[in-house]
Amino acid sequence: MKVQHDSVKEVKIELINTSKMYESTAGSRGIIEAVKDFSLKIENNEFVSLIGPSGCGKSTVLNLVAGFLEPTEGQILLDGKPVKGPGKDRGVIFQQYAIFPFLTVQENIEFGLKLAANRIPKSERKKVASDFIRLMGLEGFEEAYPKELSGGMRQRVAIARAYAVEPEVFLMDEPFGALDAQTRSNMQLQLLEALQEKRKTVLFVTHSVEEAAFLSDRVVVITSRPARIRDLVETPFPYPREEKLKTNKDFLELRETLKQEVMQEYAMQVQGRGK
Amino acid sequence: MKEKIVKLFIGLMNAISAFGVLFGVWYIVYLSGVIKPALFPPPHIVLQQAVFLFTEGRLLFDMLSSIQRVAIGVFLGVTVAVPVGFILGWNERLGSFFQPLINFFRALPPIALIPLVIVYFGIGEVAKTVVLFYAAFFSSVVVMYEGISGIDPLFVRAAKTLGASSAEIFTKVVFPLSVPHILTALRVSLGVSWATLVAAELVAAQTGLGAVIQDASNYFQIPIIYMGIALIGFLALVMDLIIRWLSSYFTRWQEEFTA
Repeated sequence: MKVQHDSVKEVKIELINTSKMYESTAGSRGIIEAVKDFSLKIENNEFVSLIGPSGCGKSTVLNLVAGFLEPTEGQILLDGKPVKGPGKDRGVIFQQYAIFPFLTVQENIEFGLKLAANRIPKSERKKVASDFIRLMGLEGFEEAYPKELSGGMRQRVAIARAYAVEPEVFLMDEPFGALDAQTRSNMQLQLLEALQEKRKTVLFVTHSVEEAAFLSDRVVVITSRPARIRDLVETPFPYPREEKLKTNKDFLELRETLKQEVMQEYAMQVQGRGK
Repeated sequence: MKEKIVKLFIGLMNAISAFGVLFGVWYIVYLSGVIKPALFPPPHIVLQQAVFLFTEGRLLFDMLSSIQRVAIGVFLGVTVAVPVGFILGWNERLGSFFQPLINFFRALPPIALIPLVIVYFGIGEVAKTVVLFYAAFFSSVVVMYEGISGIDPLFVRAAKTLGASSAEIFTKVVFPLSVPHILTALRVSLGVSWATLVAAELVAAQTGLGAVIQDASNYFQIPIIYMGIALIGFLALVMDLIIRWLSSYFTRWQEEFTA
């Protein structure tokens, strides 16, 4: 998704020595270290995925960038400025969609545009919304309520809704995790198509190694808890990417390598529990 | 649209036939003479009395008295219960602190308070309003509390990531999500209040449907008692239907839960 390799790379999101610690509420006493000394630079329009074993803290990293959590140490910068709480500059796509059930598809997508922070005149609002309705393939469903939509459609609404307020970046927390395999593949292609037309910087958390490799410019392998960077792998496949890439020899090799790394981290996590 | 009319028609037919069966059984029991006719009037006599009292007597006035009392009690009770229930549902600490207390008062039948209320407030309208307010408030505040605390905080997070201020989150997200609960609270408190009202009127009232029944029982006018009972049930049904119709419109976005 990156336009080209410049000598001066524009850093969009930066985590600098970020740590996050929680006080434990569960049986074990003391403090839980969820993220430790995490540093990462994400370039403008880069698509970066975080993969790693369950519970490793990848979602925590995302939540820190989103501003739902505050780092215990270190900094998180967006365009060089520290992040303070959630905001429209960082659009978030949740696994459970979180689209407003009491609004139609059209109203959901226009929701952000009616807020004081983003207000645009009514005539423009409809136009902007239709643009994103088209982008996410929702034509014909404008008057439908979420209860009438499938999981894939709901997620499309969520993405369109986030797009409409023109965020700087997209933060996606396992957005396709609740979908069946077929819908998941379709949504991956849909997302890439949308990003092809309207580029955004994306930080993507997923359990699926294949998904990460397929969508991203770079894949970050996270260690078992506390989250640190184990590996940074570039996916040197050109965009636009098609479904058939998933059966490409080089892709499969890359996928296997990444999978091995994640499995090793899984193993360490299991060993760690024995302590 | 056509579907809805058909559905409505079928519903109406069902209701009429169900009640028809009831009337049928009623007639059969009457005709069989199992119960003394003096104690068990047939439907047409009851209807006769109803028409008579409506046109010649004060039945309409009594009906309106009862309805008015409930309306005031429910209005006051729910108006206070919505913000209070909201605060308790939204603020976990306050909510869990007051919960046992509120549950106690909700479980206590308002009818049990009537004698005490009479001592403090006499047998006038104020007394009745106090009891009805109590009934409406405690039944609806629990509904509000449970409903609000069940609202998924993820929606609030989503709104924040779209740029919503706290005020906007309240008006554009949380409030719409509470509408179904407000309507349920209304429905519940109406039911409880209506029941309480009748009891209150049986005990201490000169007007209202409860009073009509009480008077009739003093003079052993059984058909009027039957009529009063039927009317009380009928009005309760109508009020409930109105709210359910309102609900179905305002909560048309809600998912139907299937197993």
